[in-house]
Amino acid sequence: MAQRENWGTRTGFILAAVGSAIGLGNIWRFPYMVYDNGGGAFLIPYFFALITAGIPIIIMEFGLGHKYKGAAPKTFFSINKKWEWLGWWQVLVSFVISVYYVVVIGWAVNYTKFAFTQGWGTDTKAFFFGDFLKLSSSPLELGGIVWPVFIGTALVWLITWAVLFSGVKKGIEAANKVFMPVLFVLILVIMGRALTLDGAFDGLNYLFKPDFSKVLDPKVWIAAYGQIFFTLSICFAIMITYASYLPDDSDINNNGMMAAFINCGFSMVAGIMVFGVLGYMAAQEGVGIQDVAGAGVGLAFITIPKAINLLPASWFFGPLFFISIVFAGLSSMISISEACCSAIMDKFSIARKSAVTGYVFVGFLASLIFMTEGGLFVLDITDHFINNFGIVFAGLVEVIFIAWLFKIEAVREHINSISEFAVGKWWNFCLMAITPVVLGYMGVRNLLGDLNEPYEGYAIKALVIYGWAVVLGVFILGVLIHSVTNDKD
Amino acid sequence: MEFGAIVMMILGLGITWGGAAVCIKIAMKSKDI
Repeated sequence: MAQRENWGTRTGFILAAVGSAIGLGNIWRFPYMVYDNGGGAFLIPYFFALITAGIPIIIMEFGLGHKYKGAAPKTFFSINKKWEWLGWWQVLVSFVISVYYVVVIGWAVNYTKFAFTQGWGTDTKAFFFGDFLKLSSSPLELGGIVWPVFIGTALVWLITWAVLFSGVKKGIEAANKVFMPVLFVLILVIMGRALTLDGAFDGLNYLFKPDFSKVLDPKVWIAAYGQIFFTLSICFAIMITYASYLPDDSDINNNGMMAAFINCGFSMVAGIMVFGVLGYMAAQEGVGIQDVAGAGVGLAFITIPKAINLLPASWFFGPLFFISIVFAGLSSMISISEACCSAIMDKFSIARKSAVTGYVFVGFLASLIFMTEGGLFVLDITDHFINNFGIVFAGLVEVIFIAWLFKIEAVREHINSISEFAVGKWWNFCLMAITPVVLGYMGVRNLLGDLNEPYEGYAIKALVIYGWAVVLGVFILGVLIHSVTNDKD
Repeated sequence: MEFGAIVMMILGLGITWGGAAVCIKIAMKSKDI
């Protein structure tokens, strides 16, 4: 059997882990979460969640990957042969995320081109939904392929293939050594420009003005834990896979903390950049920040282009913003795909080049549905279900399995034996008590919410096909892969 | 910007980038980075 690949340097691993954690959510989700949940006061539950859930889980996953030297299925199999399915479940969740995430990066590739001339015009909303996506009237009317989206997405798949094909050191590490420094510089340049604009500090005031009464609201705490779970690339096979390429003498605890702090620091800078620009936009249009603040796809592809139209030297800062989105997305896309490819290589003893080529081919075919005229609707439904149920429940089962059914103390002894500083019993407590309670509550709340009310008013048929069936499908398929391959063995 | 907003912004940047700086310092001390 071929020897497992290793990272070339510790810096390379950190940049790759940070690159995985930093994604589109840091730019378009975190700032609005802060603004919408008590402003600066949100940072109190946010940092509490970071210390009690984010850092403990990332350290746990680094420790597991490093100790068992395998992707998620192999790692869970090594711990207990009956639990390999959990790894496959997480890998399949990653696969689903990769096939729609890549399309959003494909949109950003197109928008980078538009940004040079503000090709989106003055009505950015009509342009995005109509001219660009040619959005159909419902998720059940897929229509044809939207070719600019197809081309942008194909380009992103091609880059992902080229990076993964080149291996851990020459591909993933080398790519992140370019993507991450460039991304940080771009964000700092845009932030610097944003802060010199009229109204920027009004935007920051709205973002950080603390409303401490919100700290007593349980919903704000759940939002903070949710943000931490989704921002660190934890609980869906990635960090276990990346840590499996670490050499034996690696400082697990410090690496985990470093990746978590840098990711959250980037979110802070992105928040300042976004709300600086929104403050300027509100001042220019003579409206309140609340009228322009938003999150997600709407913020990136409708509001920000509108703000770019108003910027001095928009031909320069517009492309910079969308290149940042592409780089942030690409580094995450690479990690999500690697989690899947690594699992395939481990299990079926397939060479990297064949596994990556096969994965990208299948992934590309699967992502075609998101490139259609109804693709945005499908993406919205699948994203909602895979995040709220796939990641949350797979994470809950992982934490219960490791913290309660397996000797968590053995993992702590392992990571402390090779790390510069040790984690104490608080780490066990966070994983055994706090994390399962919060994840369990989130999962049940999400489940009740979606059972009581159809998500965003979509037709039940659409929710069943693109939501419930996908979420249940990845679970069942994960169990099937485990059963069939182990029976054969 | 109001005083409270400035304090929370500095606190947020300080905890995240301060935490990262401490971790990097520890790694550099062990000549591992």
